[in-house]
Amino acid sequence: MANLLEADQISKFYGNVVALSDISAHVNAGEVTCILGDNGAGKSSFIKILSGCHQPDQGRLLVEGNPVHFTSPRDARAHGIATVYQDLAMVPLMSIWRNFFLGAEPRKGVGPLQWVDAAKAKGIVRRELREMGIYIRDPDQPVGTLSGGERQSVAIARAVYFGARVLILDEPTSALGVKQAGVVLKYILQARDRGVAVIFITHNPHHAYPVGDRFVILNRGQSLGTFDKSEIDRTELVRLMAGGSELAELEHELESIRAEVS
Amino acid sequence: MAETAAPPARPDERLIRVGPLARLLTRPDIGALLGTIAVFFAFGYFARSVNWLGDPSIAAGWTDQAAQYGIVAVPVALLMIGGEFDLSAGVMIGSSGLLLGYLATNVGMNIWPAMAIVMAFGLTIGFINGMTVIKTKLPSFIVTLATFFVLQGVNAAGTLRLTGTTAIQNIDTASGFDSAHRIFASELTHYDFKVKVLWWIGITVVGAWLLAKSRFGNWIYSAGGEPTAARNVGVPVARTKITLFMMTSGVAALMGIIEAIELRSMQSKEGIGLEFIFIICAVVGGCLLTGGYGSVIGTFFGAAMLGMVQLGIIFSQWDSNWTYTFQGGILFAAVMLNTIVRSRAQKAR
Repeated sequence: MANLLEADQISKFYGNVVALSDISAHVNAGEVTCILGDNGAGKSSFIKILSGCHQPDQGRLLVEGNPVHFTSPRDARAHGIATVYQDLAMVPLMSIWRNFFLGAEPRKGVGPLQWVDAAKAKGIVRRELREMGIYIRDPDQPVGTLSGGERQSVAIARAVYFGARVLILDEPTSALGVKQAGVVLKYILQARDRGVAVIFITHNPHHAYPVGDRFVILNRGQSLGTFDKSEIDRTELVRLMAGGSELAELEHELESIRAEVS
Repeated sequence: MAETAAPPARPDERLIRVGPLARLLTRPDIGALLGTIAVFFAFGYFARSVNWLGDPSIAAGWTDQAAQYGIVAVPVALLMIGGEFDLSAGVMIGSSGLLLGYLATNVGMNIWPAMAIVMAFGLTIGFINGMTVIKTKLPSFIVTLATFFVLQGVNAAGTLRLTGTTAIQNIDTASGFDSAHRIFASELTHYDFKVKVLWWIGITVVGAWLLAKSRFGNWIYSAGGEPTAARNVGVPVARTKITLFMMTSGVAALMGIIEAIELRSMQSKEGIGLEFIFIICAVVGGCLLTGGYGSVIGTFFGAAMLGMVQLGIIFSQWDSNWTYTFQGGILFAAVMLNTIVRSRAQKAR
């Protein structure tokens, strides 16, 4: 069976810099594929290609086995691929319900005289967020008053509500505290359980491992391989991500974190 | 209100109950309303040699002045909420009025098709402003400053060349002038309330409706608040901004038409300096200089306040040069107040 979204040997060059070289990855409905890599590994170039911001120089994108060519994020969204960006998902000064429906406002009225159906929009926002287990205080509240984790969660709920089949999450947990990150991870699983294919980009293997079904590890624009969860354990994932030389240092750091947590 | 709508959602324990007054104070336009009331009663005292508070003909005077500011201030406010400035909005009034005068006198056109040409001219200038800002990614402050100076030169040189003077006269000789005068420049009552005031109220209602109720309004907020996020969710940010520039120049052209018909002549310097007054009205109305936040209703009160100051200073028998100082003081107070109101909007819920 063809994969819902597949990247087939994607390469991207910026002038003489090879940003990505022969990267392949795929995701299916109800699965979470994690793209892992340190800063500069090519994660953001890769998701910009998946979300339609950039075009690959080599390789193909396939949706359900059919080659596609995205010219804009809007194009990707038309194929059911929605991207939630780390900082750029919401307009802080606008209310939650206005943000939720931004770009797809429900309207009433006829012909040129149409207005946004605010009551309906607020009702849907309450219901959708409650279904994701997100309790907001008031849909009229500006998004700027929400915490980082709540913002990400609202953005995820929005993408799911608008029929995203593939949800690309760009570092949704990296700016968050431990508890907030846990909340966002919970919503990733919620979205997965609703049948969404999730691509979760992160540099944190400890966030990726509990939720991921498959892991693609990038390093300096190259893929270090794709692993199913059954093929790899957490330690191995951390080791691959860190690269041999930095491992000792990282191990030490992780020990201290582990001690802190327990 | 919001809490009772959905019975299963019990009030969040983090939600401190806010009284209606505290809630009201988070609105962007409340400062302008309170300020306008304060200015009104202040001149009730300073201008006590006349019946400032009760004389309808005095009210007709300041509403005329306020409409002069308030009509164009509405699209300027929307543009500011959309994250851009238009410094050519003032000079556009002159350019449009002069163009109308030229078409109606030198060319000898009927006033109505001449008005259609002037409106098309206004929309075109707005389109050029918008496209330039979008394509070059330069700050609109600079782009429209350039438009301002270009038009200022054209207005002065063009008028001198055509008429040998600094004004185009005798616009009322054009055919169709009387019907146009009724719609754009007549007096409503025997107290000399100008029909311009109705235009002001009408444009404010349309602008407020657009911002609060329409999809376009949502796009305006987002284009000014966080354009990248807006683009990511599919808002046509460039189109929204270009439309706003066109609305601003278009309404400035309308104001030029109103003035040309009211005065029956047009000075080549007309409108210059008003661009900043419009921005002051918008800022008094709660618009942030950084975009993404503001109010058309507030801008209405901003224009009312500046209209009162203009007339109030005259009726208080002060040197009218103090008007500028007042305007500056009001601007400063408004910016300070906006900062407080915005931080409340961000936190106090």
